[in-house]
Amino acid sequence: MDLHFGDSKPTDEERAAVDTLLGPPESSWEGADRSDADLRWARGGRAARDRRDLLLPGLHAVNDRIGWISEGALDYLCRRLTVPPAEAYGVATFYAMFSVKPRPATVLHVCTDLACAAAGASELCAGVEARLGLGSGVSVERSPCLGLCERAPAALAITAGDPVRTAVSAPATVERAVLAASAPDSAPEEPSAALAVPQAGDPSLMLLGRVGVVDPASLDDYRAHGGYTALRQAFAIGPAGVIREVTDAGLVGRGGAAFPTGRKWQATAAAPDHPHYLVCNADESEPGTFKDRVVMEGDPYSLVEAMTIAAYAVGAHQGYLYLRGEYPRALHRMEHAIGQARARGLLGDDILGQGYAFDIEIRRGAGAYICGEETALFNSIEGYRGEPRSKPPFPVEKGLFGKPTAENNVETLVNVLPILTIGAPAYAAIGTAKSTGPKLFCVSGSVDRPGIYELPFGATLGELLDLAGVRDRLRAVLLGGAAGGFVRPDELDIPLTFEGTREAGTTLGSGVVLAFDDTVPLPRLLLRIAEFFRDESCGQCVPCRVGTVRQEEALHRIVERTGADAAADITLLREVGRAMKDASICGLGQTAWNAVESAIDRLGAYE
Amino acid sequence: MTVTSLGIPRRLLEFTIDGEPVRAPEGATILDACRSAGKDVPTLCQGDTLTPKNACRVCVVEVEGARTLVPACSRKAEAGMEVRTDTERARHSRKIVLELLASSVDLSTTPEVAGWLKEYEAKPDRFGPDAARVDEEPRVDNDLYVRDYDKCILCYKCVDACGDQWQNTFAISVVGRGFDARIAVEHDGPLTDSACVYCGNCIEVCPTGALSFKSEFDMRAAGTWNEPAQTETTTVCAYCGVGCNLTLHVQDNEIVKVTSPHDNPVTHGNLCIKGRFGYQHVQNRD
Repeated sequence: MDLHFGDSKPTDEERAAVDTLLGPPESSWEGADRSDADLRWARGGRAARDRRDLLLPGLHAVNDRIGWISEGALDYLCRRLTVPPAEAYGVATFYAMFSVKPRPATVLHVCTDLACAAAGASELCAGVEARLGLGSGVSVERSPCLGLCERAPAALAITAGDPVRTAVSAPATVERAVLAASAPDSAPEEPSAALAVPQAGDPSLMLLGRVGVVDPASLDDYRAHGGYTALRQAFAIGPAGVIREVTDAGLVGRGGAAFPTGRKWQATAAAPDHPHYLVCNADESEPGTFKDRVVMEGDPYSLVEAMTIAAYAVGAHQGYLYLRGEYPRALHRMEHAIGQARARGLLGDDILGQGYAFDIEIRRGAGAYICGEETALFNSIEGYRGEPRSKPPFPVEKGLFGKPTAENNVETLVNVLPILTIGAPAYAAIGTAKSTGPKLFCVSGSVDRPGIYELPFGATLGELLDLAGVRDRLRAVLLGGAAGGFVRPDELDIPLTFEGTREAGTTLGSGVVLAFDDTVPLPRLLLRIAEFFRDESCGQCVPCRVGTVRQEEALHRIVERTGADAAADITLLREVGRAMKDASICGLGQTAWNAVESAIDRLGAYE
Repeated sequence: MTVTSLGIPRRLLEFTIDGEPVRAPEGATILDACRSAGKDVPTLCQGDTLTPKNACRVCVVEVEGARTLVPACSRKAEAGMEVRTDTERARHSRKIVLELLASSVDLSTTPEVAGWLKEYEAKPDRFGPDAARVDEEPRVDNDLYVRDYDKCILCYKCVDACGDQWQNTFAISVVGRGFDARIAVEHDGPLTDSACVYCGNCIEVCPTGALSFKSEFDMRAAGTWNEPAQTETTTVCAYCGVGCNLTLHVQDNEIVKVTSPHDNPVTHGNLCIKGRFGYQHVQNRD
């Protein structure tokens, strides 16, 4: 590799941002001033190239400090990491949170996604845009779901600098959003995560029991409320014992795919190649989903403990927590928790004196829904464009850095704690035979008490909506988010289990339950979903890259039409949708037509 | 004497394609097996010298038990597999993929695609006159080759050839995301400011003519490009001692472009700037 760099130089500020992350450059090869020693010394080969995974953190460092990534900054970062500038440019332009063009230091992301749209996001957006025009020093960007659906409509302000400052405004008014953007430090503190859990304090809660009860910053408080008993149990029964318990408990993945966790762990643990990795997928970006955020904000140590147990089971000594870029508070809480656990010997070389070494590194996403796809997430961590890989080979065999990897969602992992503390039989007794344990549901939209609800599998959709105080004139419920499907108000007896929703021809997905009353124009909603997929398609395969565009165009044409006037476009949508479902590389393209299809078939959206 | 390594003997896998029993060596793809069985499966992003990227999805086939269709170009054959290449489901996806491509980019210089559009009864016009297109102007920023991204189907072959699969120059990458993704050099600048070494190995693998010799681009623009009238002569490059094979494409006694045979053990289709573009001295007649 003979890298070619342009003449652009970084500013002192940009150089400082990169050097804070990577340390000062060692030689002129890395961008320092040339010295005599450089003539006799070269750095290259694998040692230099192997730091490619620091590309994304490097781009974050520059973007956080400056607000955008200039040619000089990108070239300097490439020199430091021995990355070809063309590839780094491809990576920087992949993520929505980065800009390679100058922009104001403050970016205000105003959510215009499903829950927020139903709560008046378009008026909010128009109001904010009118107040923060050119010259205001704020760039307003319409954003996909920010994961604050229980407090819709939501806005997130990010002000570049050292340190970068963020402010969340939710529920947002024009006044409050403008204040958050113009003075992030004086914006009111975000309400406690417990407010997102209407059941908070209920002693029967297994996953959310500590949210609102313990101080999320205190490790002692966590331990006083049962923390780290599961890890002790894990050490007592050994890795094979943990996998047996998880398998017997019938735990399946909560991210949406419902793959048996025990089988995934068993396959990873048994893989002959080394090292093994554990990756926690906290890139929660499905519109309407915010459960992982609430867990990380309200009970961060539980995720640290659960990741330690999972890593112990699969034989991993390094774990990555891939955290959504739009979750500043979850990031701070998790950074703090990991630091505390490390300081107290609960992470590190010798955990609890058991001779087992494990540590966790946080990697921030940068605004790409596709990076929640497991293999795209690997590429993102490795410093490549977040494009899904083709499977097989599966991650348990060739995952992160080409090594055997167990990747699990936050909610899946925290379920391991009760499995080990109450035992597999007691856990498996909760829920139904095929869907065991408790499940978190993200309820928002037309309900009085939006938030995260913990219910045993098997409760019906109606029971959940009653609990959340569903409002009158319910028109439709979206299950599973944008990649899920709509159901009618007369289908509220659908049992909320993987098999129950499948039988009813819909999906549980990640547990999104979005209620819409009849004031929300359905065709507009479908158009927003189509727009979301068009925006978030990575562009790798044709059915998804062009199909999502054609889907949006057709929905745009029929937004005001019904019956025979819409028939030709609906036929077109069906044909394109079928090819996307059949021929796309990954789940994004394969599910991009689901919600629209269900709205046409179940709700009669254009009749 | 040179000893040719035969490698470890490969097991033959038995499976069926369209109900007929076939055998393929372990490691072969479904596409390899289809081709040796004489089945026609269309391909665009597949390249004989590159690792399959399976991005275009025009080669999808049905495999018994699989939830979705699978790309024949990259999926390895397995014993007992039941592959169907010509089902309604597979044909539907191919037709849609062809329509999506033909409605968004210019496929006029893509070999064979006109035949496939007819075979699969694809009607790219049905997305209407307002259907979004890639809409790019040809980029003519050097004397050797032209990048006409209006013809680009984003198959990744040029990126792979420029990167770690052959050239190791890494001058280009896919940039942007989704429908806005394009092939570009760093900062989307001109080639002359990039790491490009003008080996032209990207042109060699481009399946659509989005990348072409400047000579070909100019002749097409002037209406003088006449492929049937061209002769192809394979010779050995005279520049250095490596011995690369060159195929000279000659029209009206002028060299109009240079390629290299993909099965040549020295080049695998790759050349350097001298072999690819340094032919003017041959036809200086003064």
